[in-house]
Amino acid sequence: MTDSKYFTTTKKGEIFELKAELNSDKKEKKKEAVKKVIASMTVGKDVSALFPDVVNCMQTDNLELKKLVYLYLMNYAKSQPDMAIMAVNTFVKDCEDPNPLIRALAVRTMGCIRVDKITEYLCEPLRKCLKDEDPYVRKTAAVCVAKLHDINAQLVEDQGFLDTLKDLISDSNPMVVANAVAALSEIAESHPSSNLLDLNPQSINKLLTALNECTEWGQIFILDCLADYAPKDDREAQSICERVTPRLSHANSAVVLSAVKVLMKFMEMLSKDLDYYSTLLKKLAPPLVTLLSAEPELQYVALRNINLIVQKRPEILKHEMKVFFVKYNDPIYVKLEKLDIMIRLASQANIAQVLAELKEYATEVDVDFVRKAVRAIGRCAIKVEQSAERCVSTLLDLIQTKVSYVVQEAVVVIKDIFRKYPNKYESVIATLCENLDSLDEPEARAAMTWIVGEYAERIDNADELLEGFLEGFHDESTQVQLQLLTAIVKLFLKKPTETQGLVQQVLSLATQDSDNPDLRDRGYIYWRLLSTDPVAAKEVVLAEKPLISEETDLIEPTLLDELICYIGTLASVYHKPPSAFVEGGRGVVLKSLPPRTASSESTESPETTPAGVPTGEQPDAIPAQGDLLGDLLNLDLGPPASGPPLPASSVQMAAVDLLGGGLDSLIGGPNFAAPPAAAAPANVGAAMGSGLSDLFDLTSGVGTLSGSYVAPKAVWLPAMKAKGLEISGTFTRQVGSISMDLQLTNKALQVMTDFAIQFNRNSFGLAPAAPLQIHAPLSPNQTVEISLPLSTVGSVMKMEPLNNLQVAVKNNIDVFYFSTLYPLHILFVEDGKMDRQMFLATWKDIPSENEAQFQIRDCPLSADAASGRLQSSNIFTVARRNVEGQDMLYQSLKLTNGIWVLAELRVQPGNPSFTLSLKCRAPEVSRHVYQAYETILKN
Amino acid sequence: MIHSLFLINCSGDIFLEKHWKSVVSQSVCDYFFEAQEKAADVENVPPVISTPHHYLISIYRDKLFFVSVIQTEVPPLFVIEFLHRVADTFQDYFGECSEAAIKDNVVIVYELLEEMLDNGFPLATESNILKELIKPPTILRSVVNSITGSSNVGDTLPTGQLSNIPWRRAGVKYTNNEAYFDVVEEIDAIIDKSGSTVFAEIQGVIDACIKLSGMPDLSLSFMNPRLLDDVSFHPCVRFKRWESERVLSFIPPDGNFRLISYRVSSQNLVAIPVYVKHSISFKENSSCGRFDITIGPKQNMGKTVEGITVTVHMPKVVLNMNLTPTQGSYTFDPVTKVMTWDVGKITPQKLPSLKGLVNLQSGAPRPEENPSLNIQFKIQQLAISGLKVNRLDMYGEKYKPFKGVKYITKAGKFQVRT
Repeated sequence: MTDSKYFTTTKKGEIFELKAELNSDKKEKKKEAVKKVIASMTVGKDVSALFPDVVNCMQTDNLELKKLVYLYLMNYAKSQPDMAIMAVNTFVKDCEDPNPLIRALAVRTMGCIRVDKITEYLCEPLRKCLKDEDPYVRKTAAVCVAKLHDINAQLVEDQGFLDTLKDLISDSNPMVVANAVAALSEIAESHPSSNLLDLNPQSINKLLTALNECTEWGQIFILDCLADYAPKDDREAQSICERVTPRLSHANSAVVLSAVKVLMKFMEMLSKDLDYYSTLLKKLAPPLVTLLSAEPELQYVALRNINLIVQKRPEILKHEMKVFFVKYNDPIYVKLEKLDIMIRLASQANIAQVLAELKEYATEVDVDFVRKAVRAIGRCAIKVEQSAERCVSTLLDLIQTKVSYVVQEAVVVIKDIFRKYPNKYESVIATLCENLDSLDEPEARAAMTWIVGEYAERIDNADELLEGFLEGFHDESTQVQLQLLTAIVKLFLKKPTETQGLVQQVLSLATQDSDNPDLRDRGYIYWRLLSTDPVAAKEVVLAEKPLISEETDLIEPTLLDELICYIGTLASVYHKPPSAFVEGGRGVVLKSLPPRTASSESTESPETTPAGVPTGEQPDAIPAQGDLLGDLLNLDLGPPASGPPLPASSVQMAAVDLLGGGLDSLIGGPNFAAPPAAAAPANVGAAMGSGLSDLFDLTSGVGTLSGSYVAPKAVWLPAMKAKGLEISGTFTRQVGSISMDLQLTNKALQVMTDFAIQFNRNSFGLAPAAPLQIHAPLSPNQTVEISLPLSTVGSVMKMEPLNNLQVAVKNNIDVFYFSTLYPLHILFVEDGKMDRQMFLATWKDIPSENEAQFQIRDCPLSADAASGRLQSSNIFTVARRNVEGQDMLYQSLKLTNGIWVLAELRVQPGNPSFTLSLKCRAPEVSRHVYQAYETILKN
Repeated sequence: MIHSLFLINCSGDIFLEKHWKSVVSQSVCDYFFEAQEKAADVENVPPVISTPHHYLISIYRDKLFFVSVIQTEVPPLFVIEFLHRVADTFQDYFGECSEAAIKDNVVIVYELLEEMLDNGFPLATESNILKELIKPPTILRSVVNSITGSSNVGDTLPTGQLSNIPWRRAGVKYTNNEAYFDVVEEIDAIIDKSGSTVFAEIQGVIDACIKLSGMPDLSLSFMNPRLLDDVSFHPCVRFKRWESERVLSFIPPDGNFRLISYRVSSQNLVAIPVYVKHSISFKENSSCGRFDITIGPKQNMGKTVEGITVTVHMPKVVLNMNLTPTQGSYTFDPVTKVMTWDVGKITPQKLPSLKGLVNLQSGAPRPEENPSLNIQFKIQQLAISGLKVNRLDMYGEKYKPFKGVKYITKAGKFQVRT
């Protein structure tokens, strides 16, 4: 007797029949009928019409029947809310049942009924159950809070359930703790800003204790929650790591991976010299390898994560290459991931093995896999220089197989090898040319065209080959067309005599017969270049190309760090931060790896906030670029104009310039599918860059001594917001000139060049007095310091706040916008000392409503010291008076735009609080002058 | 957390759905079917699929797809582990995890799913606890139930669920107290053309079948625990004890469970018990090829290698195979192009071989790739890594249990490239 009989009742009148059975007097018949109803429900049949009849069966002592009815209720209550109310009483009664199983079941089921009317009735029983004596009920109730929150978040907050839930974190029963953590995590996900899981060392300790005793699923919740905690120093991080490490031996792979996440994150805080650090590294390898012996689905997720881990800390798995060798019956998604990791682990030590494997894979059946294997050989060549020769010969062997897709992939990767090792392997070109006819995929054709164009002088029949391609120009894909255009122009520049016809043909094809704007534009540019200045054309088209490096397929370091925080989650499978794919509406809290802090340091210097920048004035990137566009269009993004405000016609110029940036890159190198290049001139650049920065260091050092107060550099533009460019800076004033000291750091993977800076119009007409001079390209991880002289003759627009400065920085990648606040004292001019009489007259002249009074607290300076310090920032003491034991300092200062500010500073000996009264004809500056005072006096 | 679960059979019918939160329409599975179509082979369906509003995480087990729907950021491994646990539970309850078995027991399945997950949070996944909550079906019980009207739902709180040892129920009683351990080792290896080992490792597990009354506290020690450096334990094993003394100390769950799994990877410890001589060649411009393989014993520690099966995925252009085995029998499936040779036992005096001709499609180009051989075998009474159980001690109970250890070595993913 099996349940499959329930599936067979498909005849007409089924519902009617069931109805009769449900209302039967016989218990057994009733139960059978409910079973039939459930069976229909599971296959998606609509049995909601039976709602009242099924609910009638609910009041029973039979536990199975009760459960079945509950099952039914959960499914259909939503469609029959009015009927569902009928069930409420039974629920409330069941919540009082002496049997904890029934209490738990009732509260569980009630939470699953997603009907607003019912949830109101749920509150009281839930409150009781959260404090139930039986932990089984408590843990069920904890989850119920999350359910309720999903239905009606406001209700949960109003009823104070969140606090009760937080209390459950300290429950004596580990399962209750685990469920409370799980529920809070889920609720927190919909409220990213709310600090629900407020973790402190005590609660962490409780979680760690519960970790050892709760179920495997609870361990996952707790570990994920631990990963979000920021330990205060390395000692705490280490002690958490020690207590988490045993989880690496758990049979449940999700527990293992969550533990790996916690360790990877907290390791960041440990010093690499610690013995413990290397022990931990050793301990991480075996569990990761073990994940690969699990079912293929688990392997896949594990491999995606290992891919991240290998990039972050290659040392962990460097000896485990062999476990990533592909078995022929692995699912394709596992094969491809393994291949990727193999390349990441390839090094000089193991390259022979890796190549032998890759060659083996290249003869497999699966086309996708074979292609990727061939590509992998190319990547190895680029990654491990010593192996390049062997890789090339392997690729040639593969080309000899004449299997079409193998040959095409090989051509594509050989092109990359040429770009990495120019003038080394060109001897193989002949072999490539033999296989020209078998290339039918755009990428391979484009690669081949590029090779022919690039090495036109070595290929005797280059013109014939290209002519052959040109015949079917209109049938080619854009990629090939663009490539063909460039290749023929190259050919022409190299062998002008015999190819004039060809180049004219391609130019007319590209400019006249093509609908593609990219192609047309490129055609026109070449045409114009060739017709106006062939020498320049040669310089542009045949310019030396930057080399490509293996780093091009690595994940950007900033993104990688973020992803490491998401090990084990969907983000780690997609290799994208959650913000990139989690649906809108739910915000995502940005996670980042903790900085390395030694315990000793952190206790000694508790305040690390930059002193010069009061909180709340933290610079932020301009959020709405839209409204700025009008202003920014006025900005010339080329070399900034020094001198008077730009004439109106500059609008057009700016537009041209903007385009110029795009065109540079268009002309500069072939528009290849290969990722943008990096690294060639890096070394030179680094050397020059650091030399320059030394120089600048010197000047800024002098500035601090003789000029006005300089705030420490603050980060103005974080790398996250500017595709890897981080800018921090500060403002200085020395001997009458203002400058902006910038520190530019390249945190991206590609070289940055073509820097330019421009300011938006601002309150005091600040503008760069010279172009941003960064002579060498900024290579990855390089930092350059530069001092940008500023003038105050730019165009003026009142900003809110007054000292707001909006800046646009351009480089070869993009244009970035940020805004920062400059301290007003950089605008205090040297001739700001007023004559005594004049001071008195002016003070009287300014109406008293323009007077503003401020308190400067906690400033233990004497009047003399204060006066001296202010003087060096161009605030001059005009007169001094002693009234009833108080020192009164009368001071004056002048802003660059000629506004005078008069001040009265009252200093009481023994009282660290100064009173500052400011009078000025433009009272809106008073607040900023006060801030300048405060900054100067306190530093 | 986990929103919904769909069970889908090989022909693409959704035959069961379960929603733990709001109902998600079946149409979400269309994205899965799309991916399935693209993957061509059922085994190649990617386990994580994103759709505009949901993520589908699936596993493929016993010709069934378990497709779960999630909406928020959930650890995918958590979901996959859980799905496998669901499949394991079905296997445990119904003896097999098949569409028929699930349909036959649909009410129990529904009850199980309800108990295993609450609002997407795992609730009770230990087989011991589930069996207390919902009794597995037996013929006897269904007969008794239909007569007495009692049900298969337990009406008491599962006691283990709250104790510090949630995997064991209280009040276990047996007349015969037994504790058996199976040490099972599988050799994963890739052997290259020339017969040298490209990669080899041993995946070992110790499965236990413990039927002991009361609350026994066991400790299992090994002759050579140093072999085990990469291990995963059942939650019952006390990790500290293992760290300090290399002894497995635990209060066991009742019944069958996996005590530990381990991996031995250092190459010199992995003995390869068989060798294969092979010569597979396809002639240029002719519609036939030669096929010749011979299997012989290598490092088998003096034990008999038995249960040998050789499976070969032949290239697509192979039409038929005409072979003669000296031992056992072979089959060739012309649709899937899989050749299976059931060899049996190796007797060193006369090595088994399989020779003959391969017929190819005429006119088709010579196949590029040479097929890999997949080999299965078994060696009884041997743990190839050399792992040996030293002794088993029991504390906490007075009776004397029967104890036993069995060793077996098998081929795992054992491949020979040709």
